[in-house]
Amino acid sequence: MNTYEHSVSLDISRCTGCTTCMKHCPTEAIRILDGHAKIDPDRCIDCGVCIRNCPNQAKKANYSKLDSVMRYKWKIALPAPTLYGQFEKLEDIDYVLQGLYDIGFDSVVEVAQAAELVSAYTRLYLKTEGITKPVISSACPVVLRLISLRYPTLKDHIMQILPPMEIAAKMARQKAMQEHPELGDEDICVCFISPCPAKVSYIRNGFGDYKSEINEVVSISDVYFSLLNVMKRGKTPVPLSKSGMIGISWATSGGECSAIFNDKYLAADGIENVMRVLEQLDNGNISSSLEFVELNACPGGCVGGVMAVENPFVAKARLQTLRRYLPVSQTFLREEDGEYIPEGYFFDKMPTYRPIQRLSENFGESLRMMSEIQKIRAELPGIDCGACGAPNCRAFAEDVVRGKTQRGDCIVEKVRKTEQKNQNKEQKEP
Amino acid sequence: MDEAVKFHFVVDGNDFTSAGQASVQIKKNLRQLGIAPEIIRKVSIAMYEGEINMVIHAGGGEADVLIYENRIEIILTDNGPGIANIDLAMQEGFSTAPDNIRSLGFGAGMGLPNMKRYTDAMQIDSTFGKGTRISMTVNL
Repeated sequence: MNTYEHSVSLDISRCTGCTTCMKHCPTEAIRILDGHAKIDPDRCIDCGVCIRNCPNQAKKANYSKLDSVMRYKWKIALPAPTLYGQFEKLEDIDYVLQGLYDIGFDSVVEVAQAAELVSAYTRLYLKTEGITKPVISSACPVVLRLISLRYPTLKDHIMQILPPMEIAAKMARQKAMQEHPELGDEDICVCFISPCPAKVSYIRNGFGDYKSEINEVVSISDVYFSLLNVMKRGKTPVPLSKSGMIGISWATSGGECSAIFNDKYLAADGIENVMRVLEQLDNGNISSSLEFVELNACPGGCVGGVMAVENPFVAKARLQTLRRYLPVSQTFLREEDGEYIPEGYFFDKMPTYRPIQRLSENFGESLRMMSEIQKIRAELPGIDCGACGAPNCRAFAEDVVRGKTQRGDCIVEKVRKTEQKNQNKEQKEP
Repeated sequence: MDEAVKFHFVVDGNDFTSAGQASVQIKKNLRQLGIAPEIIRKVSIAMYEGEINMVIHAGGGEADVLIYENRIEIILTDNGPGIANIDLAMQEGFSTAPDNIRSLGFGAGMGLPNMKRYTDAMQIDSTFGKGTRISMTVNL
């Protein structure tokens, strides 16, 4: 049974049933039924492509409002580095962090800081003997979900360290408990400021056996507008930021790679490109000298998330300027601690592989269905117009065989039949 | 039922960039049938190597995949130059691929050996100067 809680939803009053989202969906999870888009929860990977492409803003990401965070006693903000790229002429990250205090947060822990820790660990991990290479980054939740649903043979490639936001959450909670022993667990709200709905889903559903340590997720866009009201650039900010170049770079595609300090890496962004790379990795025909693979579902990396405000490439350019005079890194694995990373910073298990595309539990039946799909597909016009409510003729044939739609729903066939009839009539009555 | 579901692909020999697409398509189909990931991997690797071979050496060809209840058969047919010495061609590291192909990372001489390794049975019928037919079986 599917109990996965997705973070993409539809405002039915705005949806015109126009087929745009259906055509763009990389997993063919959308159909138009009764004039509206409908998402198949089993196939959805929360990539946000439908939100990005909807011409009517009918597709929405689900996340908490800032108000619901503010009712807690101790509110901790975890800003994703993407947040820093949203502001025009921002000279210092500290203005943003001070702003977070000013809008009501009691503490701020930068996700970029945790990202630097993950980078330090990655450098160590790549030197470990016996690991499966290329190592795939575990940072993008869309990629993790894609691999667990579709590419089970790639599981061993994934580096099983938690994504930076979760590590930041653990660091933040621990810090709050130490500095304020009077606080109970229920008083603390760890709030992630997210660029994308996939991270919201990760947090709400956990991953495999892992339960998220984040209590609420708000969007970068909401926080951006609140911050605009309080950020005063005139006065010198308190030096709060603990991010270095590496941490900031995680917001854009290739940033995580640049932190491994070797050139045997691949970075791909945009869901279509990511899927092509996964396909090729799965086929085993990617250069064997490759050590590390960074995949980001959003174009340009996290800056391309649909819950951000600014054009991803503009945000990227701003981040380049922002990080210029920063130290390379400000968070390290210290040798005196034995380069120790707490055990809690890892996850044990990938979610169970579910062959979502499977036609039937029974192989003989699957074969029969597939031959039926082939037969219907050959009869169809093959122009993939989407007017029937399925993204292409093959998907329509499959839906017919699965009993989800009627064979007679092909609009093009209907029109051609009518034309044929009229022609026949004309021939009979000259 | 011993009637197979059949897939037919034309492997274009002129367009090297499209090489490997039939194996991607077959992989999707096998997933839909609920076939185990390890089997899918075997079939798609064998198929991929075969496709690449046809493009590099034979100017393209045709690929037929037949899926039965107990096995998958892959038949690759081309009208290329044929294989002069099959035993030699089966040796790991032996390759007649041209340099421009090698610069792309192909031509390591692992094509045929991999096809044999990843399938349960493989037969090569080749007539020098006329063409090659390779049939491979992966048991389910």
